[in-house]
Amino acid sequence: MKRILVGIKRVVDYNVRIRVKPDGSGVVTEGVKMSVNPFDEIALEEALRIKERGAAEEVIVATVGPADCQPQLRTCLAMGADRALHVQTDTPLEPLATARVLRALTEREQPFLVLLGKQAIDDDNGQTGQMLAALWERPQATFASKVELSQGKARVTREIDAGLETIEVDLPAVVTVDLRLNEPRYVKLPDIMKAKKKPLETLTLETLGVTPRAQLKTLRYAPPAQRQKGVRVKDAAELVAALKQKGLL
Amino acid sequence: MSHHILIVAEHDGRTLNVATAKCVACATTIPDAHITVVVCAANAAAVAAQAAAVSGVHRVVTVEHPMHEHPLAAAIAPQIAALAGPYSHVLGPSSTFGKDLMPRIAALLDTVQVSDIMAVESATRFRRPVYAGNAIITVEVLGGAKVVATVRTASFQAAGTGAQAPIEAASPVAPPAHTRFVSVSAAHSDRPDLQTAGKVISGGRALGSAESFQMLYRLADKLRAAVGASRAAVDAGYAPNELQVGQTGKIIAPELYIAIGISGAIQHLTGIKDARTIVAINKDPEAPIFEVADIGLVGDLFEIVPQLEQLIG
Repeated sequence: MKRILVGIKRVVDYNVRIRVKPDGSGVVTEGVKMSVNPFDEIALEEALRIKERGAAEEVIVATVGPADCQPQLRTCLAMGADRALHVQTDTPLEPLATARVLRALTEREQPFLVLLGKQAIDDDNGQTGQMLAALWERPQATFASKVELSQGKARVTREIDAGLETIEVDLPAVVTVDLRLNEPRYVKLPDIMKAKKKPLETLTLETLGVTPRAQLKTLRYAPPAQRQKGVRVKDAAELVAALKQKGLL
Repeated sequence: MSHHILIVAEHDGRTLNVATAKCVACATTIPDAHITVVVCAANAAAVAAQAAAVSGVHRVVTVEHPMHEHPLAAAIAPQIAALAGPYSHVLGPSSTFGKDLMPRIAALLDTVQVSDIMAVESATRFRRPVYAGNAIITVEVLGGAKVVATVRTASFQAAGTGAQAPIEAASPVAPPAHTRFVSVSAAHSDRPDLQTAGKVISGGRALGSAESFQMLYRLADKLRAAVGASRAAVDAGYAPNELQVGQTGKIIAPELYIAIGISGAIQHLTGIKDARTIVAINKDPEAPIFEVADIGLVGDLFEIVPQLEQLIG
């Protein structure tokens, strides 16, 4: 079966204003809205469109994390994924360990394509996809803004600093997606009802043979440095004068 | 104990990208740093000579292979992994080049990556932004693991020149055949580069069209400034993607940043936090951009921008 595996992460919602806890132990997540990482939603949308075009037969969505992640997996099933895999663990994993989990899932599911967001908007690491590609010894195409599949190959347009780069990779491959690849669909109520009946399988790190190592310890969280309060000018002439005074014109 | 640091050079085949000199600046803040720059290229001589001149660089290693004509992570990563043995740290810039490449290297080396280093506290302790820069974390690499990292270039001043480091050639390892470069389309422009410009003028959704964005280009030319854009402006098609400034675009640190018709979403502010002076022009006095602006001007950009053009002219 031609399968696409999509990795998703549960993160603090995009619209939440982040606050660092006063004791520096983390950011406030109690009572905060959680969502599917927006880049991962784009990855899932792309997988669904590929399936709808007939180029894939099954879309599997997977996540690693505590039991709380299941609502996000259900959201993905409601968007149209065929089944979900929940690798359940209460230990926060570093990107390399997450990549190992995904590597084990590629062994299990044999996808021809793995789609992931280019980064998660919580830790902003941007590592998992590239690490998976390295462990899997397969190509990677990061920051994708266009994905075209044909005969065992993918042609991917990438958003790079200089503009747009196109590369061709043999499949299977790992593609991490950027913002402009597509616009994810809205979930409709009947789809949410249907999603409740779709298979959601729970797995453990042990069954996948992954033993996480802690190589990085977060010692403290701090709020970013605040900028000094600025001044208001009333028109263009005052603005030019202020810039000249600062030696900027 | 000296720390042997390997920096992966970013370049276009002719010129060393300034991001590399910023990585060198970061590396020099690691105690007892002994810095090697590695240049993977089809023809490395010109770039290697520039790298050898960067202050703080002790040695340059070149790896020449036709596959390195274009920087493909799948080809470069095994090369760097093969060289990395003696080094305690392997650094690259937090540009799309480094973000693509470095995690692949880290996984090949079976080690951890620290993304977006903004400050070095010790050889194993670093500060980096999370949540789009809304929190700064201090992390410690444990157990003597090799440190692979990307350097947040906006946090470091480029190292100067004047060094004369020796240049050596290393033999290439065979790159994989599964990844092939096809093309790159970049808008060539005589304007300053967005990432290195001293002055940047950015436009947002309020510009309303690609045509009105031209107004910013004219003003930018008078100020010898680069042009940037918010995500909203890029998504709306007013400006090309490579101009996007913010969490998922470019992180910049110009002397002067002028935000025109940009409301100031958190994701945009992340990209400009290190600008020396931020100017905001917006018709909404409550726009969040004013919270970070050093100089704010509330008004209609379609009146103000032409006035500025005249006043500066």
